[in-house]
Amino acid sequence: MKTSNPRAWFLVLPVILLVAFNALIPLMTVVNYSVQETFGDNLFFWHGIGWFQDVLGSERFHAALGRQFLFTGIILAIEVPLGVAIALAMPRSGPWVPVCLILMAMPLLIPWNVVGAMWNIFTLPDIGLLGYTLNTVLGIEYNMTQSPLAAWMTIVAMDVWHWTSLVVLLAYAGLVSIPDAYYQAAKIDGASKFAVFRHIQLPKMKKVLTIAILLRFMDSFMIYTEPFVLTGGGPGNSTTLLSIDLVKVALGQFDLGPAAAMSLIYFAITLLVSWAFYTAMTKDDQN
Amino acid sequence: MKLRALAPIFYILFLMLPIYWLVSMSFKTTNEILSGFSLFPQEFTLENYAAIFTDPTWYWGYINSTIYVTINTIISVSVALPAAYAFSRYRFMGDKHLFFWLLTNRMAPPAVFALPFFQLYSAVGLFDTHIAVALAHCLFNIPLAVWILEGFMSGVPKELDETAYVDGYSFRRFFFRIFMPNIKAGIGVAAFFCFMFSWVELLLAKTLTAVDAKPIAATMTKTASSAGYELGLLAAAGCLTIIPGAIVIYFVRNHIAKGFALGRV
Repeated sequence: MKTSNPRAWFLVLPVILLVAFNALIPLMTVVNYSVQETFGDNLFFWHGIGWFQDVLGSERFHAALGRQFLFTGIILAIEVPLGVAIALAMPRSGPWVPVCLILMAMPLLIPWNVVGAMWNIFTLPDIGLLGYTLNTVLGIEYNMTQSPLAAWMTIVAMDVWHWTSLVVLLAYAGLVSIPDAYYQAAKIDGASKFAVFRHIQLPKMKKVLTIAILLRFMDSFMIYTEPFVLTGGGPGNSTTLLSIDLVKVALGQFDLGPAAAMSLIYFAITLLVSWAFYTAMTKDDQN
Repeated sequence: MKLRALAPIFYILFLMLPIYWLVSMSFKTTNEILSGFSLFPQEFTLENYAAIFTDPTWYWGYINSTIYVTINTIISVSVALPAAYAFSRYRFMGDKHLFFWLLTNRMAPPAVFALPFFQLYSAVGLFDTHIAVALAHCLFNIPLAVWILEGFMSGVPKELDETAYVDGYSFRRFFFRIFMPNIKAGIGVAAFFCFMFSWVELLLAKTLTAVDAKPIAATMTKTASSAGYELGLLAAAGCLTIIPGAIVIYFVRNHIAKGFALGRV
């Protein structure tokens, strides 16, 4: 049981100061912009909730939000089961384990723009390994810059390539923590493989899997650099995810009001979903 | 049984293919790249790497990135240590809300903060310095470091603290002499994650720098658009960005399985 100690605040203080400097001031700036109208020259006028109404009612925002949820949904549906399956198939011990883990962790440490550039080079229709194989060897027409479907499949493949390892590593950490005695007991009871998975492995992985889903949700919802470098949001607007659209409005068109309102709505959605996960997770901690 | 063992092998092959292609491209001449498809470099060349190591705008990109990533890792871990201790050992007013508020900053899309960050750091005169990027990356790295360290610290029995206090250790001496060696692995893992997320982030790093502290990633994007089709050079620069990550993974290889669970197994 934790002891009550109000002086613990002093231990947390440096963190609060540093994060507040980085979080509160910019957040207040965004809030400030979101309720004002400007015609340049640093002249601002009160605009109320007008920008919020505009953004919430705009088709462009709905489309970007829809694409964002679709993207996040698809990659979670692929990465989580795939990650668990690979973690289950990995050996529990032996000389190959560290080798596997190091190789699997590689994509996680590549700068995001390099990931985009790498997949760009990989998928070039005439000289990329994947593009050439599909187009020339297998005879499947594939050009990411022209077909929205190909562009979507490429960004999904890229994200699976980039982040499935995180799920594998988390799930694997959960698996190796299961004592051998559990498996022996299951063997004595004559439990099937599925029963072992359902009643021993899955419950033991639950906590780490929640972290995995939470992290993957947050990061895929914020994704910007990789699809921006790879497709630039195109062809057309077909892969313009929420962050890409936001940067277009904020830094490209410099529409501060709408961009700020959009930022806050965007942040609120991320926060709401993450909060739901977080409460589910901490509730579990207490039981 | 055999089939099952193949799954990780196929998965690793899938991971290695794009990396192989990048490495292979980096050893090709521009002529060879543009003339058509070839699985291996036909005229093996180190020209692309030579170009990077002789051009200050290129190699300074690597130095800049390394500087701000290092500063960020040191700041994040050292302020997160006492905070994580407080969260794992004590109850205090608003602790749960504070913890969640910290985590919310991990959820803030960098795209939301890009413009205000630019204005904030220009206003305090830190624009285009390493410290600006290092501080900006604290936004998401400190919460993560607190989260990871808290997980590892909660795994250390509380009796350790109590015994040390009974033995007459002061808080400071206990923390540095006894407690920190006990969570060595956790500190390593937290540092690893801070390094990783600071190293791979581009949007904020690019927004907050112009010339003096420009990260390698920004140099690459500029080359990609301005120099037209210098794919070989771009590939070589990309390959070099993988190396620091690979070195860091090698150091934490023994903690990687447990560490990725953020201490919560």
